[in-house]
Amino acid sequence: MNKRLNKKLLALFLLLVVAVAFGLAQGSVRIPLGSLLLKDNQVIFNMRLLRILAAILVGSGLAVAGITLQAILRNPLAEPYLLGTSSGAGLAAVIAVILGVSRIYMPLAAFLGAVASIILVYTLASERKKIADRSLILSGVIVSIAFSSIIVFLVSLFGNQAMHEMNWWLWGSLQVYDWQLLLLVAIPVVLGIGAIYIFAQDLNAIQLGEEQAMHLGIDTRKVKNILILITALITASLICICGIIGFVGLIVPHMMRLVVGSNHKALIPVTCLAAAIFMVGCDIISRTLFAPVEIPIGVITAIIGAPIFIILLKRGQRV
Amino acid sequence: MKPLLKIENLSAGYYSGDIIKGVSLDVAAGDFIGIIGPNGSGKTTLLRLCSKILHPRKGRIYFSEKDILTMDLKEFCRKVAFVSQDIATGFSFSVMELVLMGRIPHLKRLQFETRKDIAICEKALALTDASALKEKMIDELSAGERQRAIIARALAQEPVLLLLDEPTAHLDIGHQIQVMDLLKKLNRQNNLTIVMVLHDLNLASAYCNRICLLDNGAIFKEGTLQEVLTYKNIEAVYKTVVLVNANPVTAKPNVILVPGEK
Repeated sequence: MNKRLNKKLLALFLLLVVAVAFGLAQGSVRIPLGSLLLKDNQVIFNMRLLRILAAILVGSGLAVAGITLQAILRNPLAEPYLLGTSSGAGLAAVIAVILGVSRIYMPLAAFLGAVASIILVYTLASERKKIADRSLILSGVIVSIAFSSIIVFLVSLFGNQAMHEMNWWLWGSLQVYDWQLLLLVAIPVVLGIGAIYIFAQDLNAIQLGEEQAMHLGIDTRKVKNILILITALITASLICICGIIGFVGLIVPHMMRLVVGSNHKALIPVTCLAAAIFMVGCDIISRTLFAPVEIPIGVITAIIGAPIFIILLKRGQRV
Repeated sequence: MKPLLKIENLSAGYYSGDIIKGVSLDVAAGDFIGIIGPNGSGKTTLLRLCSKILHPRKGRIYFSEKDILTMDLKEFCRKVAFVSQDIATGFSFSVMELVLMGRIPHLKRLQFETRKDIAICEKALALTDASALKEKMIDELSAGERQRAIIARALAQEPVLLLLDEPTAHLDIGHQIQVMDLLKKLNRQNNLTIVMVLHDLNLASAYCNRICLLDNGAIFKEGTLQEVLTYKNIEAVYKTVVLVNANPVTAKPNVILVPGEK
């Protein structure tokens, strides 16, 4: 099984390299790879590389967060924004815009908003120190709806200026201008993915049922809390650079389950690579399809993701 | 000899009140104990208490003279394994992947399975006669095959005590006998102590050396087959008329149901 897995990983890695190379060359201006390295093109090269790295980070991070939540909540529809992070981050950002906070602090505001909404959802869901999966999901939905309506309320009250600033949030963007910010976000995301991988076997057991996992010596409640915290941290970090990018966290994990099965030891690395490829690919399309107009990345992930998912679902019986 | 598992004056339940009311029971090493009783009599709750899933409100459970509440969960799961009726399906795990989960209690957080772990799993599969299923997906198995895989996973924990909650509930009689024979073999050859919740009184009679009959959260009668499986005890607890004679082959008690309407 391991040999087969290694082959798949190698194939995906090569595909990612190809996608990255393609992504560097393509854009509103097409530049052959060789001349990209010339001094004249350095600015463009840097910008594109930054975007591609952001795409890889966002894809892997969201997909692994999705896998984790799907497994621990035993709900195939779980996705990274389930715990209200997206609307929390959005609300905080809107408030920051209205208060006239400098753009530099927007990611920080978004991050804090996401964290605050997770804490709120968690508090709402806990009862007698226990957290039922269902109340967690419901609290997430309720907080999301409430915050979203406050966003709309504020935007309609304060008008266009806030609207403009906010638009990229709702459908996501990979436009990162700052190496330092990307690095700052990369640290929690990469560490988070690594930490989740350490829990791969726990995820396998919990997926079969909480009590099943306890019979195997897993302190389910503790592990679940740790993992929810990690996914929240990943999502909150990503949301402050890329806004809301739907579908990746939902469909790439399911697509990869069809390819390698439910074993998280295989699923996590494979999904990491596949989601990175998927995002780099979607980014290329969003930049080039109607160049120089850029289509929001979230639109592309949904338009491409939905049909792929349906095809896979119809072909394979198990998800 | 000191009992392997000692249940002492145990009371426990959920928010709505006690389901287990003052149960005391000794399980000796090598025992094959059947816990029987009507629906709602607390059989499963008792098993959940013994497996550290549920904490008692009163009383204690000792495993090898250690209070199980003071034992670390992983340490406990290296000694005691649990087999449920069935597991959730709809996941694509291979049988080997499932059985490897049985090694979780033996592995540290950052430790991956070694050859030794794989060898232990292969031995467990061989014991349950499931070696041929190794590469199969659990979704593709029949209920009987799946139950053998689940038992193999429990054996991969290398337990000394196996708790089972109606492991034959979803099986036809052929598979029931197959699973019970397997457990009896493990009980005899590997000296595995078994505590099992059962609905089928005749299955309990055929395989257990001792029976514990629960009624409304308390032990109604506990002892040998002949002591417990009498028509008086069964009629009193199950509120239905039965005949008990001897199984013509094994001479063990054989419970015959008598329909109320003919």
